Amino acid sequence: MSSADLTRFTAAETAAAIASREVSAVEVAQAHLERISSVDGAVHAFLHVDADGALAAAARVDAARAAGTALGPLAGVPLAMKDVIVTQGIPTTAGSRILEGWVPPYDATILTRLKGAGLVLLGKTNMDEFAMGSSTEHSAYGPTFNPWDLGRIPGGSGGGSAAAVAAYEAPLAVGTDTGGSIRQPASVTGTVGVKPTYGGVSRFGLIAFSSSLDQAGPCARTVLDAALLHEAMAGHDPADSTSIDAPVPPVVAAARSGDVAGLRVGVVRELSGEGYEPGVQQRFEEAVALLSDLGAKVVEVSCPHFAYALPAYYLIAPSEASSNLARFDSVRYGLRVDDDGVRSLEEVMSATRAAGFGAEVKRRIILGTYALSSGYYDAYYGQAQKVRTLITRDFAAAFEIADVLVSPASPGVAFPLGAKVDDPLAMYRQDLATIPSNLYGGPAMSLPMGLSEGLPVGLQVMAPTMRDDLLYQVAGALEAALHDRWGGNLLASVPELAA
Amino acid sequence: MSEPAVPYAEALREFEPVIGLETHVELGTASKMFCGCDASFGAEPNTHTCPVCLGLPGALPVVNARAIESTVRIGLALHCDIASWCRFARKNYFYPDMPKNFQTSQYDEPLCTDGYLDVEVPVEGGTAETVRIPIERVHLEEDTGKSLHVGGATGRIHGASHSLVDYNRAGIPLVEIVTKPVAGTGARPAEVAKAYVTELRDVLRGLGVSDVRMEQGSLRCDVNVSLNPPGAPWGTRSETKNVNSLRSVERAVRSEVERQAARLRAGQRIVQETRHFHEDSGLSTSGRSKEEATDYRYFPEPDLVPVAPDPEWVAELRADLPEAPSVLRRRQIGSLGLSELDSAAMVNAGALDLVLATVAAGAPAAEARNWWLGPLAQAANAGGVEPADLPITPDQVARVVAIVAEGSLTPGLARQVVEGVLAGEGGPDQVIRARGLAVVSDEGVLAAAVDEALAASPDAADKVRSGKVAAVGALVGAVMKATRGQADATVVRRLLLERLGVSE
Ligand SMILES: [Zn+2]
Repeated sequence: MSSADLTRFTAAETAAAIASREVSAVEVAQAHLERISSVDGAVHAFLHVDADGALAAAARVDAARAAGTALGPLAGVPLAMKDVIVTQGIPTTAGSRILEGWVPPYDATILTRLKGAGLVLLGKTNMDEFAMGSSTEHSAYGPTFNPWDLGRIPGGSGGGSAAAVAAYEAPLAVGTDTGGSIRQPASVTGTVGVKPTYGGVSRFGLIAFSSSLDQAGPCARTVLDAALLHEAMAGHDPADSTSIDAPVPPVVAAARSGDVAGLRVGVVRELSGEGYEPGVQQRFEEAVALLSDLGAKVVEVSCPHFAYALPAYYLIAPSEASSNLARFDSVRYGLRVDDDGVRSLEEVMSATRAAGFGAEVKRRIILGTYALSSGYYDAYYGQAQKVRTLITRDFAAAFEIADVLVSPASPGVAFPLGAKVDDPLAMYRQDLATIPSNLYGGPAMSLPMGLSEGLPVGLQVMAPTMRDDLLYQVAGALEAALHDRWGGNLLASVPELAA
Repeated sequence: MSEPAVPYAEALREFEPVIGLETHVELGTASKMFCGCDASFGAEPNTHTCPVCLGLPGALPVVNARAIESTVRIGLALHCDIASWCRFARKNYFYPDMPKNFQTSQYDEPLCTDGYLDVEVPVEGGTAETVRIPIERVHLEEDTGKSLHVGGATGRIHGASHSLVDYNRAGIPLVEIVTKPVAGTGARPAEVAKAYVTELRDVLRGLGVSDVRMEQGSLRCDVNVSLNPPGAPWGTRSETKNVNSLRSVERAVRSEVERQAARLRAGQRIVQETRHFHEDSGLSTSGRSKEEATDYRYFPEPDLVPVAPDPEWVAELRADLPEAPSVLRRRQIGSLGLSELDSAAMVNAGALDLVLATVAAGAPAAEARNWWLGPLAQAANAGGVEPADLPITPDQVARVVAIVAEGSLTPGLARQVVEGVLAGEGGPDQVIRARGLAVVSDEGVLAAAVDEALAASPDAADKVRSGKVAAVGALVGAVMKATRGQADATVVRRLLLERLGVSE
């Protein structure tokens, strides 16, 4: 087996090969580090690669294996992590200049869990600054390029994690999803991305954008791989007060069962048609037809308040962000500018924030500050919370008549770099279909449903809270059928990137 | 620099006061409000910190259940309604000793609302009158860190070359107790304010939720005062911060009444502002104006789940509340067998607990009362401190009383011993040893002193001999002086009369 082949395995296959001593974890890590060296110059998925740490972690897995220790289902599998998740001893910037050079003194709970499960952290992936964006063009460290077409965006904010997986730089990556930051990049890179139930995965150590919406989740090339990572990172965390103290839904078993016979699949009327590209619409209709062929019962559902999801989101998320980002003030960590011993503390704080935050972050801080300010609170933040309640009721009603809901994950294929960067509203509309699940809190997934104009597009599946298993059940069945139709994984047709 | 003032009593004949008090109490929980860090006072700076209380990116809060319990118990002791459901809120403003640049607090959904506290306020003649102070709310929040401004003349940020921040205090659970405006305090708003804070401190101490040490900042007060002409609507209020002793609560209200009265009398308006109280001068200076108030942009804290105290649990806490200090006090005073006037005096002087503790340590009630209302009250007054803050303990006072009872000290010597203790010379026995204080009961030594005194004052001796027994006082004084007060005056008197051949 050449080392290039090792990067082509799924996570499940890699773990099995390591467990059966076909390969060592160090060989697997080495292969991925080489792949990163050869293609990341073109893709720019990573902000920081921790080669030494990865090889040491892989060596520990090999040592455990040699000692006869039972290995977990993902032991030795390489992992990339979005740079919004804190990693002890490894720089963490959240894509922002204001955190340049900051090395966290602690690990996020999910990283502690994944390290414990034997996953091997390769490095940290690029993202829109503080997870605000849909293209990864708002990273302070330059954009990430879509492996399908380097002239196009990989989605955002977690474009780095999705691109790393699509470019075979890592079989698995962790993303975070506040309004679609895992699912929309998955959709435009032909990968599988899941936003778990809010509270299903610990947020401790996730640099907060919007606390009531943020959720970390898996990025992978197959549904089963996503399920394996999901199961390894999920579960109650006493350090996160919003974490749900209940058993993790059986996502791996569901991914493997892949049976949709008799399942009621609801097509959300409000999440298709106007605003969605015809190619996306066409693939979507085919996917729904395929689900029907597989025995699912397709029904149409209406969620009338989804129309207000985008405006409500753009009040709630920036409001919380304006408060969450207040701590970046130059006093304790991160950037400090103009501290000349003459300027006052307020001046230094102000200058640091002016220099350290990018335009999109500033736009949202201003928006959120305004929405929370006295005299406007009820009209903006308060009203948005009411819309959130109505959207939650729409979901509850829809789940009376359907077990899962489906829609396109993004309105179109990956767009060319620069196409929407000066048009915030056009950028915001990328998340039309993904935002409702964040406002509601239920789990949602994007999985590839085919190509439009030669570029991948994703199907979104949404389920009731703590029924993440239903996503995997539907996706497992659909993926098997689509792979039959395509003769394998869509990602097999990603262009060769190596120089 | 000091503003014009109208004397307190005069000001209150001309205007009606309205006062309000906001009290912050640091809870004595073992750990901080939202993390597991040690919450104790006095550690090396920044040693009691972690990612949560330093507000590091990614860190999240978890509510300290014991702090919720303490707050509910405070609410119950103050006869408040306990919310069945409430949330924390973020209070957003930038300040370097606040790690997240928001304080996790409570806004429109406090844990406890609508209570009251009855307090006894001294009136002319030495007795007390009960005043009911209405409580608006009791809520829970986190304390901030502490800034130390270095290099300036004043220790304030203005003019400092740099600042140091200690985050040990950041995240300590803090309970805020807010009164409703208290009108109708007539000529005694300052006395009412002090009585309220005193009573509140005793309630908190009785609950065991805080060590309530004002000098360490675990109990802090903001005092609101306004004045209005009789019958007119309430005036504009000022808020005096940094009031950190019971005495200062009284002084702060007093000085603000005097200052506002002078402005109103001169036809000037009162500015709604925050004022800073200065312990040294007893005066306050203007801080930031509230008329350009900060917008704190409160919103529900999304990192925490709502608090919903179980009614059964609240009922259990209610049933387990300790006796109210006022009830306890009445019972204890009864047990001392002292008069009501004495009791009021002890309460007013803040000496009741000390008297009780001295009695508990073995002293008779009357002796304990005499010490604490007498020489020790004077010492406290002279030093501008509360009797409890004097460097002498009830145990030490009881020891002095016991030594006098044994006959090893005269009352005069006992005073010297107490002076020594207050001067930091050690405990009573140590002071007695170090100063060589002991009753001279060797009659041979005394006889020599008696002879000297008689020889030195033949006139006085003659007077006594001729039947003017009262004249012996001067001779006793001379002997006492000669023995540096260490003789027992009764014995000296007996020896003098014997020598002069006079019997009483
Ligand atoms: Zn801490």
